[in-house]
Amino acid sequence: MSTPDATTTHYPAAPASERSERHTLSVLVDNEPGVLARVIGLFSGRGYNIESLTVSETEHQKHLSRMTIVTTGTPMVIEQIRHQLERLVPVHRVLDLTVGGPAIDRELAMVKVRGKGDNRVEALRLADAFRARVIDASIESFVFEITGRSDKIDQFVDLMLPLGLVEVSRTGVVAISRGPLGM
Amino acid sequence: MNREMTGAEMVVQAFADNGVAHVFGYPGGAVLPIYDALFQQKNVKHVLVRHEQGAVHAAEGYARSTGKVGAVVVTSGPGATNAVTGLADALMDSIPVVCLTGQVPTHLIGNDAFQECDTVGITRPCTKHNYLVKNIADLSRILHEAFYVAASGRPGPVVVDIPKDIQFATGTYTSPSNAGHKTYKPRVQGDPDKIKAAVELMATAKRPLFYTGGGVINSGPQASRLLRELVRLTKFPITSTLMGLGAYPASDPQWLGMLGMHGTYEANWAMHECDVMINVGARFDDRITGRLDAFAPKSKKIHIDIDPSSINKNVKADIGIIGDCANVLGDMLDAWRASDAKTDTKALTGWMKQIDGWRARNCLAYRNSKDVIKPQYAIERLYALTRDRDVYITTEVGQHQMWAAQFFKFEEPKRWMTSGGLGTMGYGIPAAVGVQMAHPKSLVIDIAGEASVQMTMQEMSTAAQYRLPIKIFILNNQYMGMVRQWQELLHGGRYSESYSEALPDFVKLAEAYHGVGIRCDKPVDLDSAIQEMINIDKPVIFDCLVDPAENCFPMIPSGKAHNEMLLGDVAGDLEKAIDEKGKVLV
Ligand SMILES: Cc1ncc(C[n+]2csc(CCOP(=O)(O)OP(=O)(O)O)c2C)c(N)n1
Ligand SMILES: [Mg+2]
Repeated sequence: MSTPDATTTHYPAAPASERSERHTLSVLVDNEPGVLARVIGLFSGRGYNIESLTVSETEHQKHLSRMTIVTTGTPMVIEQIRHQLERLVPVHRVLDLTVGGPAIDRELAMVKVRGKGDNRVEALRLADAFRARVIDASIESFVFEITGRSDKIDQFVDLMLPLGLVEVSRTGVVAISRGPLGM
Repeated sequence: MNREMTGAEMVVQAFADNGVAHVFGYPGGAVLPIYDALFQQKNVKHVLVRHEQGAVHAAEGYARSTGKVGAVVVTSGPGATNAVTGLADALMDSIPVVCLTGQVPTHLIGNDAFQECDTVGITRPCTKHNYLVKNIADLSRILHEAFYVAASGRPGPVVVDIPKDIQFATGTYTSPSNAGHKTYKPRVQGDPDKIKAAVELMATAKRPLFYTGGGVINSGPQASRLLRELVRLTKFPITSTLMGLGAYPASDPQWLGMLGMHGTYEANWAMHECDVMINVGARFDDRITGRLDAFAPKSKKIHIDIDPSSINKNVKADIGIIGDCANVLGDMLDAWRASDAKTDTKALTGWMKQIDGWRARNCLAYRNSKDVIKPQYAIERLYALTRDRDVYITTEVGQHQMWAAQFFKFEEPKRWMTSGGLGTMGYGIPAAVGVQMAHPKSLVIDIAGEASVQMTMQEMSTAAQYRLPIKIFILNNQYMGMVRQWQELLHGGRYSESYSEALPDFVKLAEAYHGVGIRCDKPVDLDSAIQEMINIDKPVIFDCLVDPAENCFPMIPSGKAHNEMLLGDVAGDLEKAIDEKGKVLV
């Protein structure tokens, strides 16, 4: 049997009026073996998108880790993702930071640029404008460290491209809600 | 009580402490210590199956017919991989099962040791949860947790993978506490405001319909009782999914029969036309909804489910109530009585009249024959001759399963065990073994197809060993009938590989397995042959030769809406009924 594509299937994923949205989810989990595999398996198994995923232990005593997941989908799919995550046994809480009030998100990147002469000067000047720091330097290269929202980092990387961009390493997004309350 | 013991002893103790009387399993190198511990006690009886898939299905049958958690022990590697089909089946149908798998010793994990496989990796997507026990200190807690997770909230299978060195190690056993679980605390009580809103909506309904599912069965007998009370109080008509049969008595006039792909004309039309739908413990599966954008287009939907992810997954609910069916139904009854909510009797009378019109189509009618046994007739007779008995039905997967659902009438929950979500051929025999183990005096019948039974036939040997007088009632149409039906409808009648060639002689096969074989191919002989089967206190294979060409109707073809259902009468013009778009759907 051939595979149904979006135009031939009679099972629409969602009514056409619902557009895809980007959401940032904060997920508090038990830091136990396999928990990341459970979350990633859930996303791949059910065909959800992962745009960015970060995870690290945040409370050592309680063995808690916090994941930040950036995903896209229709509102119905986003609700599903949240409920499916909550269904996993080691998951404590899932917070949709995009709907839960104002939140801050940041990403860190290390950007390696190689060049001489004017290009080198220009790279330094731009780095300064973007508040990127030099964390490694050689006669013909720099490694910049830059923190900010993802789009700012995208922009910085784009600018470095013609100046001798070698490679980039990014952490993915971490996020937290504004105000005095925790999750 | 805390005691020192080995890991293997903890396993057996945890079984006993969690109410396990029977465990279905198969030994092997990585579970020898557990088998040694089983050997030295009498509390937990081990049932030796003939294939690990059978162990899980047997545990499912056991669980579904008793309401208890089914227990399984299998060895590492092939033992665990053989169990995977059963686990996936239990996950899809929300059946509580705890499956213990042996694993190579901890220091060998990851070394491609003999009979090693990544059991937690393989079973992660087909279990509700799973564990790899790396420290004896965690074992008793994990075992108790496994039973808790399997049984609470939306039930499901849980795997505990236990390396052999952990089974040998000594540690402190702690008894189960009822502390529950630190993170897994499913919500069981419905939101009172939403319940109130639901009751108000129900009172405004002109064309209401209850649509119930396996959740009502899983919730326990109380849920079925309360459902009956609410349905009778409101006088609303009711239909159910394949999984929900028996929660409401099929003999009741408010009952419309099963809905969905092979559901009744009246149930599907009522679904299409209703203005208020009350979904209790069903999940808007594609076999129920058909074409989603044309599903129950005029209705406001109330959806009650214990699993929050079921609500708004396929179909948007106007009122979603998260909770255990029994609690929510009880609260709804109270709310209905407390308010002066009343059914709109005048509207309901009209609605029931409309439904009676659909009923009058007599959608399950078939052309009977004097010469050849029609499969529908066989089930009708089987039902008629067993209805006054204490009977449990399991099935395989195919046309026979749908005919069983249509023609066998269930009055009570937990009497009907079928593989609904995964649709696993080979489910019925091992499930019957599990059911019979739990109900030794009852009549347990697997309504089967000749193709399906060959997938797990070896469990006849288990039935013989434990003197389980299960009855395997094969509707032998010499085809993978359901496949043949689809090929007839969708693929120009090209019956590619769907003929059951070189079938065994089922009568001799029964005898080879120390059972009794009965063959029947004439309608006149059917009653006495069935009677004979019922009277035999041994496993029986009943080879019922039926019309090979019969199709199962009504049918909502894939990609069609409920009001585009095919009836038996229109069979002549079938091929045109399914368009190109429908063909790609399963
Ligand atoms: C394990 C498995 N393999 C394949 C299928 C696909 N399938 C569904 S029904 C069916 C035919 C079943 O034939 P039979 O048991 O003779 O039942 P009938 O439809 O003839 O009543 C098949 C092959 C399945 N459901 N399960
Ligand atoms: Mg067949």
